Amino acid sequence: MTLLAERPAVFDEGPAHEHEAGPSGFLKWVTSTDHKVIGKNYTVTALVFFLMAGAMALLIRAQLASPDSTLLSQHTYNEMFTMHGSLMIYLFVGPVSFGGLANYIVPLQIGAPDMAFPRLNALSYWLYLGGGSLMMMGFLTTGSAADFGWVAYAPLSNSINTPGAGPDLWIVALVLTGFSAIFTGVNLVTTIYYLRAPGMTMFRMPIFTWNMLVTGILILIAFPVFTSALVLLWCDRHLGAHIFEVSGGGVPVLWQDLFWFFGHPEVYILALPFFGIVTDVIAVFSRKPIFGYRGMVFATISIAALSTSVWAHHMFTTGVVLLPFFSLMSYLIAVPTGIKFFNWIGTMWRGSVKFDTPMLFCVGFLATFLIGGVSGILLASPPVDFATHDTYFVVAHFHSVVMALVMGAFAGFFYWYPKMTGRMLREGLGKLSFWLMFIGTNVTFDPQYLLGLKGMPRRIAEYAASDGFTTLNRISSAGAVLLFLAVLVFLVNAFVSWWKPIPAGDNPWDASSLEWATTSPPPHHNFLRIPPIRSQRPVWDHNHPEDRILDHARPRRPGLVASVGGGTVLLKDVGLDGPNASDAGELDR
Amino acid sequence: MKVESYVLLFVGIFFGFVGLAYWLMSHEDAGSVMLLGTFLLGCVPGGYYLWWSRRMSPRPSDNPKASLRDGAGVVGAFPGSSIWPFVLGLGATFVGLALVFGAWTLAVGLFLAVAALVGVVYESRRGGLV
Repeated sequence: MTLLAERPAVFDEGPAHEHEAGPSGFLKWVTSTDHKVIGKNYTVTALVFFLMAGAMALLIRAQLASPDSTLLSQHTYNEMFTMHGSLMIYLFVGPVSFGGLANYIVPLQIGAPDMAFPRLNALSYWLYLGGGSLMMMGFLTTGSAADFGWVAYAPLSNSINTPGAGPDLWIVALVLTGFSAIFTGVNLVTTIYYLRAPGMTMFRMPIFTWNMLVTGILILIAFPVFTSALVLLWCDRHLGAHIFEVSGGGVPVLWQDLFWFFGHPEVYILALPFFGIVTDVIAVFSRKPIFGYRGMVFATISIAALSTSVWAHHMFTTGVVLLPFFSLMSYLIAVPTGIKFFNWIGTMWRGSVKFDTPMLFCVGFLATFLIGGVSGILLASPPVDFATHDTYFVVAHFHSVVMALVMGAFAGFFYWYPKMTGRMLREGLGKLSFWLMFIGTNVTFDPQYLLGLKGMPRRIAEYAASDGFTTLNRISSAGAVLLFLAVLVFLVNAFVSWWKPIPAGDNPWDASSLEWATTSPPPHHNFLRIPPIRSQRPVWDHNHPEDRILDHARPRRPGLVASVGGGTVLLKDVGLDGPNASDAGELDR
Repeated sequence: MKVESYVLLFVGIFFGFVGLAYWLMSHEDAGSVMLLGTFLLGCVPGGYYLWWSRRMSPRPSDNPKASLRDGAGVVGAFPGSSIWPFVLGLGATFVGLALVFGAWTLAVGLFLAVAALVGVVYESRRGGLV
């Protein structure tokens, strides 16, 4: 049945009638087109894949904890690292952000009743679940699951080197999830372009929504390339197409080109949503507006644009890529990322920072992402990359990055869990999982930088005691146990919040964006009332009438009031009056 | 609508320049073609939005001074609960299985997919406004 979504005209006055909510129970799960139900389905499914991939990571670390280990056969080890990477990248970190959190939160943040294409949204989820199941089905085949690494380089991925149904299932699964991602990208962009509430101009959207818009565009750039490349690979394996095979006149490096043209933007498809979460959470828990709002938006767009022109920095050692071009472009990404770091710190600067669990995860994100980012700058230099390519240095680099993103995801879980369920997570347990995760990440992955510099190649199942890798690998494996405990504590936390609920209320964090204006969890079609939108912080403006409404769209004047720290001061009081005041006006943005 | 079009046009213009520079420096086909595609992906919808933004009056969501009353009333028609996305997803998964095992699942998958497409169309007609 089609429902007409109405937008309420005034604050504190609900529409005359309640909307119909549809079926309940199992049927609701299968038939719902409500973005909130789909978002939750996505989040929970992605978390299940996260747990599976985490279990595989523990097996990998157990195997590497001692030299000449025989815990896993070489073949099983190949399956483990392939499926660990595939599940984490394709089925967890991406879908949990653009399918899970964004699906749930973006319509709420812009005052929309639903995503623009609700049934397409539901189809995205089912394709994702179907694809994920097909990929896992590889373990049930007589051969094995995919074992050519998550990058499936040609010619290793052809039908002679990796025969069997497992790799085929992997390919087909990613075609399905590829379509799922493309549909979600279309949905996000359309929703943000067309369904914003009155007064919610583009430059009043929360940074999370901005970042999801840019992520949506990046998905549309990157995923079609990958999905078509997978179809070509399937043709090679089944129809004898020889596109990636030298024997038939094909070009194996073409696969790397196509893969990384997807693969590098994919890294930012994974990262940008969490940048958005971190930006919003830091502003809320510093009790200040975002510092450099427009700078953040432009940095996001620049990062996205640059990220699509650096794909071959993964291919330096192939010897057939344009080194100066890709090296320069890779270095350039550091500039907008640096702007983001500057603005994150600027947002906290002189704020009254509250270290609740979401904020702790954000600070953990900053530290961990800095380690991953700086080691990435090293790798952008071809001479360094030649020396460290395919060693544990690279493994450590991208795990620092991705673990930072996981911390961003947990910041998002802790921040929005009250909105999604109406219940609070426990602060004590949350802080415990943060410290376990933060310490665990560094204990696990920092030694791997040293292992890489000592020359340990990635993707090897065994090393000899005489190699001198044992101690660092032991430390790394011990850290993996801490990470396991961190996730376990989070699950206990979720269980406790279900067992003995603490009601959250509409706005437990005193946050500022529009999703906190509605009830927790929100009603069908989201809003019974909407506060007037006059700045980036409509809910804050409504709840704190004593504060000036700070809309950056306002013309700048000398003597402008800036919100600095807990209170407000006049800019001229801090010596920023006069002709420079227009520049200084950026202080309060 | 203007900011929306600028975002996409920026994508187009940026990749126009980058693609050109890349082609001149490398004469490599695959990457240049992909950058050309990205250039079009930005320019085509971006140009369309720009074209429209000059011909339409600003929407309430483009107007920083809009009151909520300006946008009150029906936002659009949103389909309610529907089984067909699930059926279509299931059908696509079965077709995927057929691509691997080349088995009878192809018939099941195609049947489910076609049934779902028909179902979705009829559902939209009954709803009237979609």
